[in-house]
Amino acid sequence: MSTKQKVLVTGVIGSDTHIVGNRILSMALEAAGYKVIALGALTPAVDFVKAAVETAADAIMVSSLYGQGELDCRGFRDLCVEAGLDDILLYLGGNLVVGKQAWPEVERRFLDMGFDRAAPPGTRIETVIEWLGRDFAARDRRPHPRKA
Amino acid sequence: MSACALLIDFGSTYTKLRAIDLDARRILGSGQGPSTVTSDIMIGMKAALADLEKRLGTLPRFKYRLASSSAAGGLRMVTVGLVRELTAEAARRAALGAGARLVGTFAYRLTKGDVEQIVALAPDILLLAGGTDGGNSAVILHNAAALGRSALACPVVLAGNRSAADDAVALLGTREVIACENVMPEFNQLNIEAARAAIRKVFIDRIVHAKGIDRAHAEFDEVLMPTPAAVLEGVKLLADGCAGVSGLGPLLVVDPGGATTDVHSVASGEPSVAGVIPQGLPEPRVKRTVEGDLGMRHNAATIVEAVGLERIAADARLAPTRALALLDLIGRNMERLPQSAEEAALDQALVRTSVKLAVARHCGNLETVFTATGPVTVQHGKDLSNVGAVIGTGGALVHSRDARAVMEMALADAAEPLSLRPKQPKLLLDREYLLYACGLLGAVEPQAALELALAHLEPIDTEVPHE
Repeated sequence: MSTKQKVLVTGVIGSDTHIVGNRILSMALEAAGYKVIALGALTPAVDFVKAAVETAADAIMVSSLYGQGELDCRGFRDLCVEAGLDDILLYLGGNLVVGKQAWPEVERRFLDMGFDRAAPPGTRIETVIEWLGRDFAARDRRPHPRKA
Repeated sequence: MSACALLIDFGSTYTKLRAIDLDARRILGSGQGPSTVTSDIMIGMKAALADLEKRLGTLPRFKYRLASSSAAGGLRMVTVGLVRELTAEAARRAALGAGARLVGTFAYRLTKGDVEQIVALAPDILLLAGGTDGGNSAVILHNAAALGRSALACPVVLAGNRSAADDAVALLGTREVIACENVMPEFNQLNIEAARAAIRKVFIDRIVHAKGIDRAHAEFDEVLMPTPAAVLEGVKLLADGCAGVSGLGPLLVVDPGGATTDVHSVASGEPSVAGVIPQGLPEPRVKRTVEGDLGMRHNAATIVEAVGLERIAADARLAPTRALALLDLIGRNMERLPQSAEEAALDQALVRTSVKLAVARHCGNLETVFTATGPVTVQHGKDLSNVGAVIGTGGALVHSRDARAVMEMALADAAEPLSLRPKQPKLLLDREYLLYACGLLGAVEPQAALELALAHLEPIDTEVPHE
């Protein structure tokens, strides 16, 4: 399990067309040695999950730039559980909410939704890659790794 | 005497023959006999040959004798994949592209009930897919094990996650397994050619014998493919052309039949308008769809169900009660041919509706999505608005009193601007039922096959009623 190349599903959720940052992220993740399934812009939540099932992905990385992230991501973890991906790593990043809100509060809201990590605007790609390394290492150390 | 070819279609109702003069690119004659695959195929074949001989005087010596078959239920297939819209859909498309008649499609983990159902369906071939290469292997292995333990007797074409293929073969047990490339090697990448070729090979090596078609082997050289695959090959040749002869370019073919309505297209299907974003699984350039609920005889009731009795009756200019009475006649005798002007009118309404619905389902659709930065247009399926030709084939169309009025139903309609149906194609009628013959002949003499088809497709505007 730990020797297998990790598979990440990326995309921009909902009716959001902002693709540039997501594309740069996908390229950087590929350069860091991950297999990236890039779904691109305008991706419904359910399509992330379907892609993850078929490719046996290890993590789903959701981007949202247009302020509707909170609505689009509601129930995302439940969708994953429903599809048998109970334990998949879920990341989220971008301009997640409308207006000026304190980040710790916003982060808590998304973590409560079942995301493992939430990245505020301006997060460096290096930070994300470091998170992934740490989170995967923690998962691989578990006595019974989840089945694909 | 110039070289001749005999092209045979072992159909479900008739054994049909076309004798072709290869040098003159013309049809020498046609012959027809009953379909007798279930008893002794030679009875129908001999009757058809006798019929042909009667028309020609003497039978020439044939350089080629090639056959296709849709007899004994056609090539009955079951497909199994993982996610319904992904590998399960890719498997479905591979089977349809190989000319199969789909009798069951399954997704995710097969349950005990699913496996029982598959065994009861007794398909000729099962296509097992699931997972991208290096992706999910748990489900295809589960399904391979479940099928391996079952009483399923047919060969299995395995076209799923490459990393799981060896284990899946072992789990499938002693039955014949043909492993080939994944129908979806990468996420959202369709790769159906290898599976299609594998299905075709099993058909030639095994199914032709299993169905007793090879008992007529003295009368033909080879059964090359299922008839729907022969039609698809013919359509492809017509669109793409061959060395020395150019084809018609992107086109669509509609074939309303007694049990189903088939639609074939050869076109990239990419958006014809700038800025439109395609969504969903990529579309095969050569695509066949089969509408199991749209058949002029076996599924007349479901055609009526789809649009309502009122609309069918109005289109036929019949009172709804009268239309219902006539539908009842069809329901009681599937072989029934129209015997009055009223029955012909009802058939015309049924075939018009079938063509309209089948082509609309085959072609893609546009959808407007409202985003923060304004509306965006996305496309699902193939954009066929710019195909250059629409060809109609099949008895229901050929015998229609007004084929043009049927073919027009395949065209774009201002009332449904989101449906990407052909806008201004040439309309052509395959009056001689040549597409299957063209597909078979194309395997040995593509240029002759293409020129033959091009010479015999009838532009529908200048049509003169026959008979």
